[in-house]
Amino acid sequence: MLNNIKSILKSFFLLEIFKGLSITGKNLFKKPITVQYPEEKTPQSHRFRGLHALRKYPNGEERCIGCKLCEAVCPALAITIDTEMRKDGTRRTTKYDIDLFKCVYCGFCEESCPVDAIVETKIFEFHFEDKNEKIITKKELLKIGDLYEKEEIKDRANIN
Amino acid sequence: MSTELLIFIFFSLLLVFSALKVIIVNNSVKAAIFLVLSFFCSAVLWLLMNAEFLSIILILVYVGAVMVLFLFVVMMLDINLSNIKEKFVNYLPLGLFIFLVIALLLILFFDNQFSDVDRNIVTEINILNDNNTMNLGYLLFTEYIIAFEIAGIILLLGIISSITLTQQKNNDNKYQAPHDQINVTKSDRLKIIKDEEFRK
Amino acid sequence: MQTLHSLYNILVDIILIVIPLFLIVAYVTYSERKIIGFMQARLGPSRVGPYGLLQPIADVIKLLSKEIIIPSGANKNIFITAPIIMLVPSLLVWSVIPLSETFVLANINAGILFILAFTSLSVYGVILAGWSSNSKYAFLGSMRSAAQIIAYEIAMGFALVGVLMAAGSLNLQEIILSQSGGFFHWYWLPLFPLFIIYFIAGVAETNRAPFDVSEGESELVAGFHVEYSGITFALFFLAEYMNLILISILASIMFFGGWLSPFQGTWLEIFFDWVPGFIWLSLKTLIFIFIFLWLRATLPRYRYDQIMRLGWKVFLPITLIWIFFEGIMIYYNIEPWFSYVK
Repeated sequence: MLNNIKSILKSFFLLEIFKGLSITGKNLFKKPITVQYPEEKTPQSHRFRGLHALRKYPNGEERCIGCKLCEAVCPALAITIDTEMRKDGTRRTTKYDIDLFKCVYCGFCEESCPVDAIVETKIFEFHFEDKNEKIITKKELLKIGDLYEKEEIKDRANIN
Repeated sequence: MSTELLIFIFFSLLLVFSALKVIIVNNSVKAAIFLVLSFFCSAVLWLLMNAEFLSIILILVYVGAVMVLFLFVVMMLDINLSNIKEKFVNYLPLGLFIFLVIALLLILFFDNQFSDVDRNIVTEINILNDNNTMNLGYLLFTEYIIAFEIAGIILLLGIISSITLTQQKNNDNKYQAPHDQINVTKSDRLKIIKDEEFRK
Repeated sequence: MQTLHSLYNILVDIILIVIPLFLIVAYVTYSERKIIGFMQARLGPSRVGPYGLLQPIADVIKLLSKEIIIPSGANKNIFITAPIIMLVPSLLVWSVIPLSETFVLANINAGILFILAFTSLSVYGVILAGWSSNSKYAFLGSMRSAAQIIAYEIAMGFALVGVLMAAGSLNLQEIILSQSGGFFHWYWLPLFPLFIIYFIAGVAETNRAPFDVSEGESELVAGFHVEYSGITFALFFLAEYMNLILISILASIMFFGGWLSPFQGTWLEIFFDWVPGFIWLSLKTLIFIFIFLWLRATLPRYRYDQIMRLGWKVFLPITLIWIFFEGIMIYYNIEPWFSYVK
């Protein structure tokens, strides 16, 4: 009985609505947490996995030996590799395509690579204006690799 | 005076047109909309007679409430119009009879009302020498009090009967009880089991 | 010639009311997004112009340049007229609203009745839009909204009956004048429950959160205006916000003394004598608009049967009881509110 009256009074004087209003009212004067994206960016993890890259040795020789381990491990079947025997008798890739629409950025290729050739960079701001651009070729991957090398040197300097 | 006459002619013609459309139009929703239009026109005609209270009440009650409910029902109907149209002619004698009776009544009623052209039925009532609303209220609560109260009682009866019709409870019906739902507290529904008890 | 001249004057007055009204509607949408944004720790529109101030103009241009899509199977004529039917009554009502001591387009005797009659018409826009779109969601939304508007109109009407009993007049200007005498002479104090009910019923009438079941994004997509796009949608939008402003301005006229200064009868009166009545009215109205937005940011949507229960079983009895009390107060001429009633 007493509870009943209490609840009637509570709803009659809109107590709970005022409680809610006071919470939103307080929040009106708090600072918004919005990050204004192109001008401001949230910090990135140093384990971030973004766009792919193929690395080279310091002497300019490409690392990839065409073992196709990454192709085998890729869960999304995003990697396609063709190989051939180069004149010096080593096995090299003629084709190293990654379908960026299929890729799930899991990083397995990076893990599986015995020579650390394929890596995932921290680049995440990329886009395509044409459907065909979704497949990223060996040439482009090597170019990104050069960029990655510079960034990596900077990052390591920062960590140390 | 001429503008008033023009407005009168325009809206009375529109009234006749929309009233005809109510019966002619096939689509029942459109018929209801034309009925709304005819209410509007008659409200304007009343306004011309300085009966602003009555005309606005006409819009408020008939257009704003009654016709909305009407439209509400009509929209949900799914009537096959061709079936109805076949039997349309059968009702013609009855319809004509009702039409004649109503026309006769109206003629008998209004015949001597308009014998004096300068008389204005509505604005004639001017007891308090004030606006139309006050005069109307004064008349309703003095001269016509019994009729007014009887109308009120009839309306009350209507309310009570419609509520009793809807309140017939069938045990098979399932419905929610918002009152009980609102009064539920956290302790009624949620039992927090402590971790130690859970481990035992 | 005389009629032409007065016609010209009326036209100028109409433009003086309508054009600022459209601008205010535009910036009410902006402030709504901004205020709700800040309440939810967001920024709201901030890209178009400084602080996003040009956002409403960009929205208007976008809506005007969009295509009007008429769904197949829709009843074309009614589909197009529904938004117009929705907008016209909410514009018409502004003709009787006293914006200051002298400025009112039509100072008619039955002001309150006029407002009640024409606000009740906007439901036709909703119903016809829902019916003519030939879509389930639109139809369900319009059904809900029609039932809701009728239910709350009654409570709202009774709340206004309380006001006109206290003022002894249907004329809005006289209602304001009968409240003169300072902050505690306004009707919000003796008619407090009616004021609360009027405001909540007003929120329900305009189909805004927490009573927005007729739109209900999460269940009915957008309710009765799902199928509308471009300028037809813009008309619905305009009507909704115009009704919002209307309810706010009516609340301040009926219960908060309209354009009267709140310092009347106190020692502060002389200092604020220069402030025109229009400023007081708009300040009061802005507070109510803010409460509208605040409610939307705070409360989740009501369940449908709870809305109906609230309207019929809670608001109606409370208004009736309070009107009875008010009758007693008027009979005993309680000072200062009911001292002048004949």
